[in-house]
Amino acid sequence: MTYSINGAEVGATPRPGQCLRTFLREQGTFGVRKGCDAGDCGACTVWLDGTPVHSCVTPAFRAQGRDVTTVEGLADGDTLHPVQRDFVEAQGFQCGFCTSGMIMTAAKLTPEQRADLPHALKGNLCRCTGYRAIEDSINGVPHVETPEAGHSAGHNTSAPAARAIVTGKALFTLDLPPDGLLHLKLLRSPHAHARIVAIDTSAALAVPGVHAVFTHEDAPPRLYSSGRHEHMTDDPDDTRVLDDVVRHVGQRVAAVVAETVAAAEEGVRALVVEYEVLPAVFDPELAMRPGAPVIHAKPAAETRIAFPERNTVAEIHGNLGDVAAGFDSADVIYEQIYHTQRVQHAALETHGCVAWVDERGALTVRTSTQVPFLTRQALCAVFNLPPEHVRVLTVRVGGGFGGKQEMLVEDVAALAALRLGRPVQLELTREEQFTGTTSRHPMAIWVRAGAREDGTLTALQLRVVSDTGAYANHAVGVLHHGCGESVAVYRCPNKKVDAYAVYTNTVPAGAFRGYGLSQTVFAIESTMDELARLLHIDPVAFRERNIVRPGDPMVSVSNELDDVEYGSYGLDQCLTLVRDALADSPEAAPGPGWLVGDGVALALINTIPPRGHFAESDLRLLPDGTYQLLVGTTEFGNGTSTVHTQLAATALGTTPERIAIGQSDTALVGHDTGAYGSTGVVVAGRATLLAAQALRRRLQDAAAVLTTLPPDECELTEEGVVCGSGTVLGLPELHRRATEAGLPVQAHASTDGSPRSVAFNVHGFRVAVRPRTGEIRILRSVQAADAGVVLNPMQLVGQIEGGVAQAVGAAVYEEMRIGPDGRVVNPAFRGYHVPQFADVPHTEVLVAKTADSLGPMGAKSMSESPFNPVAPALANAVRDATGVRLTSLPLGRDRVWEALAAAGVTAEDPPGGPVPHAPAGLPEETAVERR
Amino acid sequence: MDLHTISEMIAAPDAPDPATWRSGDAWLGGGTWLFSEPQPHLRRLIDLPSLRWPALTVTDDGLEIAATCTLAELHAFTAPDGWAAARLFPQACRALLGSFKIWNAATVGGNLCLALPAGPMISLTAALDGVCTILGPDGPRALAVPDLVTGPQRNALEPGELLRSVFLPAAALRETAAFRQVSLSPAGRSAALLIGRRTAGLELTVTASVTRPLRLSFEAPPSAAAVREAVAAIPADAYHDDVHGSPAWRRHMTFELAEEIRAELA
Repeated sequence: MTYSINGAEVGATPRPGQCLRTFLREQGTFGVRKGCDAGDCGACTVWLDGTPVHSCVTPAFRAQGRDVTTVEGLADGDTLHPVQRDFVEAQGFQCGFCTSGMIMTAAKLTPEQRADLPHALKGNLCRCTGYRAIEDSINGVPHVETPEAGHSAGHNTSAPAARAIVTGKALFTLDLPPDGLLHLKLLRSPHAHARIVAIDTSAALAVPGVHAVFTHEDAPPRLYSSGRHEHMTDDPDDTRVLDDVVRHVGQRVAAVVAETVAAAEEGVRALVVEYEVLPAVFDPELAMRPGAPVIHAKPAAETRIAFPERNTVAEIHGNLGDVAAGFDSADVIYEQIYHTQRVQHAALETHGCVAWVDERGALTVRTSTQVPFLTRQALCAVFNLPPEHVRVLTVRVGGGFGGKQEMLVEDVAALAALRLGRPVQLELTREEQFTGTTSRHPMAIWVRAGAREDGTLTALQLRVVSDTGAYANHAVGVLHHGCGESVAVYRCPNKKVDAYAVYTNTVPAGAFRGYGLSQTVFAIESTMDELARLLHIDPVAFRERNIVRPGDPMVSVSNELDDVEYGSYGLDQCLTLVRDALADSPEAAPGPGWLVGDGVALALINTIPPRGHFAESDLRLLPDGTYQLLVGTTEFGNGTSTVHTQLAATALGTTPERIAIGQSDTALVGHDTGAYGSTGVVVAGRATLLAAQALRRRLQDAAAVLTTLPPDECELTEEGVVCGSGTVLGLPELHRRATEAGLPVQAHASTDGSPRSVAFNVHGFRVAVRPRTGEIRILRSVQAADAGVVLNPMQLVGQIEGGVAQAVGAAVYEEMRIGPDGRVVNPAFRGYHVPQFADVPHTEVLVAKTADSLGPMGAKSMSESPFNPVAPALANAVRDATGVRLTSLPLGRDRVWEALAAAGVTAEDPPGGPVPHAPAGLPEETAVERR
Repeated sequence: MDLHTISEMIAAPDAPDPATWRSGDAWLGGGTWLFSEPQPHLRRLIDLPSLRWPALTVTDDGLEIAATCTLAELHAFTAPDGWAAARLFPQACRALLGSFKIWNAATVGGNLCLALPAGPMISLTAALDGVCTILGPDGPRALAVPDLVTGPQRNALEPGELLRSVFLPAAALRETAAFRQVSLSPAGRSAALLIGRRTAGLELTVTASVTRPLRLSFEAPPSAAAVREAVAAIPADAYHDDVHGSPAWRRHMTFELAEEIRAELA
């Protein structure tokens, strides 16, 4: 019996215990992806004799004598399968990692299943899109446009990689295994806090196929931070590649490198470690108290940990005006403590990399990162290597959401590759994503706010405690950012912020979409809603009265001037758009027993992170008359590659197809801070636009020189430079003649990310709440965004829909739970509920009409920010419906039921049918002061 | 995922001989659970689907479901006229957390033996008076479904014992049934799954909210108060506690769903 893949027999035989997914990848069908490796996400879907299965939970031998079809076998030669075509036409993907499985599932749906997509697609997770684009793909609703040359900006041009993604040919990080590849597996700590007394590696080294074991004794002494920023000193240095103290369950203890994953795993099991278990602390409030176990007994000055002895990484104490006087002058005061939970990025591609030493002796790492240049910087520091001896690159990255603004795998793989001289691969399992990478920072946020009867905010005070877990990666930045725009968006003379980022013996928190804002925005926007209610003012009108307007200082904790400007302002429009949309909503209670309410929340975000964010673009005309664009920024579903080609094509008078983009490789351009802080368009894209504008002038100038015409009579077009009265100097000819004449056909530009502008998002929900079950049903979801000039409407909508979906997950479903021993209780998608198709509402996306004076072609950032106002808008809608303020996320049915039951809210057969709006009374225990 | 410690994959003999069982062995059904988590304690898998047991066998007495019957086969089953309760089959399949692609491989027997509180095949067969046939060293033995499940991910099988089939008596299949399921999300793992059968009274099976299936029997059609009283008698520690729902909510939903079923079948 043999194995047949896409009609071709293969000679290989699977190993006992091998799943079909890895067998197929070993045969070169890399379109079969690993998302969860547990049958939950569907990224590995293939057909066995035409029947779709999850190949990760299919024993490989079951394929014997049967026809296996993968995404690579779906198209008929160059002719796409209709479903593949529809996924291109509707752009039913962002990062593209789930797409193979999505297509292999969609292509087998019966008409009944197509009519019931929420159920039919429950085994296919997409973390990027929010599923609307997938639904449109399955229903054949096209969105892609092919605008004329020079007019692509502002239109729905296709992602350059679309065809490669739908055919499974797009390469992700681990789809290019080099010859002689070794595999690295990590032993992880079973203890929340322990000193490693001894590690006996002898049995592990005796496992056949094991090449080496690395422990803290092999690791460089240099401390660093896994969190990456433009400035290395932004994050405290508290991390070693391998440490002799473990500070959370799941921390790396030792690395085993072997010929196979199986041998490496066997080696890990054979390691014998003696631990001295240390006391652990899991609550940040307790961790700050005297006598708490000190998690990092390190010198503050060297590590930049603010107060190591009380586990405090950073503190902020800001005081503007006089809050005491502000509260004295308030007619109403509302005070509340809010809690936001630990959530995971759940990018479908887990962290992974391959490290090797190239023929020139340079350490080379192909990795799944948002920050290849900053990873190089970190590797140089840790291993004391000059930058020219380290190259870091990405191919397509399968989702990031901030989780890949970290160096979490590259360091240890590099250590092994440098020592062994062989390529080394480290691919994290889904469980390791939960136990050994990062999460959003859980925060406890106390807010006190006061306002006068006329609706004027008089004082706003916060106390924020952010749990950074066992390491301080991003602790400082997240704390500052969290206490920044969320407070600055309100014009209030008296503001006070006290904030603490605190170590605990739990899995580290890190950069996460919104970067601290989603937590504080939840607290502040919930509070603003309550103040409006206390004053009997419409919550939108209350905000309109108090938001900053152009000219107002945007301040939160200090009056120091920074480089944030009103490059454009559309918050007022966004509020109006959402208010009008909800006012026009006909949606009512689904039946008796449901309470209905509306909720709104807003969010401001600075378009660029502070203190410099750099990018370079290199654009050149090629001999064949097409263009090559080299940029540093990474593509992980953010769609920046599309926009870069649009920006360049528009400036060059051509079409995006004629611009081949090369990206995210330290060998291509000088520097790029990275694809974080929503900078792919506003920083990197601006560099591309500047380069394209410069190249346009150069090509026109070259044509002028060659034709001896004045430059203003030479006009660059799609085919060439039109010179004078109609002579066209074709681009290939222009390239040849200009090069011969020594005239440049290349241009370079760079940007530094300053000054910065502001972008806005306002979300509105109408919900129905069923007190009997705790269920929240979203009847209407609308988000208005001020993104400046929209360069690609389809992608903008996709970013917002995806952000809303992820935020609905964090608002209702997702929570990493930590057990009493500090262990992550639910380290799998089966227990950590990433939103499925069935969970995500359709969101109507509305855009403010603004044009930014700072962004490229008037555009602003719009990647992380759509996430930020969603949870408070939902909580405010639930409050409106039920009268109960929910202060802790997520709003799971069990918790909502419990809270409503405790407050005595029912909706059982109310006389005269369902209650349209609940009375606005407050539960008695809520801290409210009325003066 | 790859199960790297598996060194041998063997086809089950025509007549499975549990006596050859050894430590580190596992029966392999569809593999959808076994391959979904690391199994470092296992060395050998014994493949059951290759035995080609008839998936579904209808007799005058009832329905024999082979342990290797897939959920897809069960979902597609066309019941004889009069088996009103067969409408539960697709409902129970839909209650599985796994997708329809998982149904193509996952087996009824696997779901029973996995013994998860939310196992919908447990709910289904327990509600329909299912009796398991278990092959063991001393020959076959019979066990009622609720007795097979002894707790969350714990079953009554001895090492080497094999679930051969579960039999659903025609009497139960002929009765009118009602199905209720709730989860923290629209298509999530069951936090409570209750099935009622209209007999002379009511047979109410409570699963998912509790750690193992419970049966509440009423000889005559019960009142709402009687059902409430019966649910109230379920001890507090019987309710399951995990990330798929708090015990208090599961208990509350058990009351609610029990009443809905009572009302539907009244």
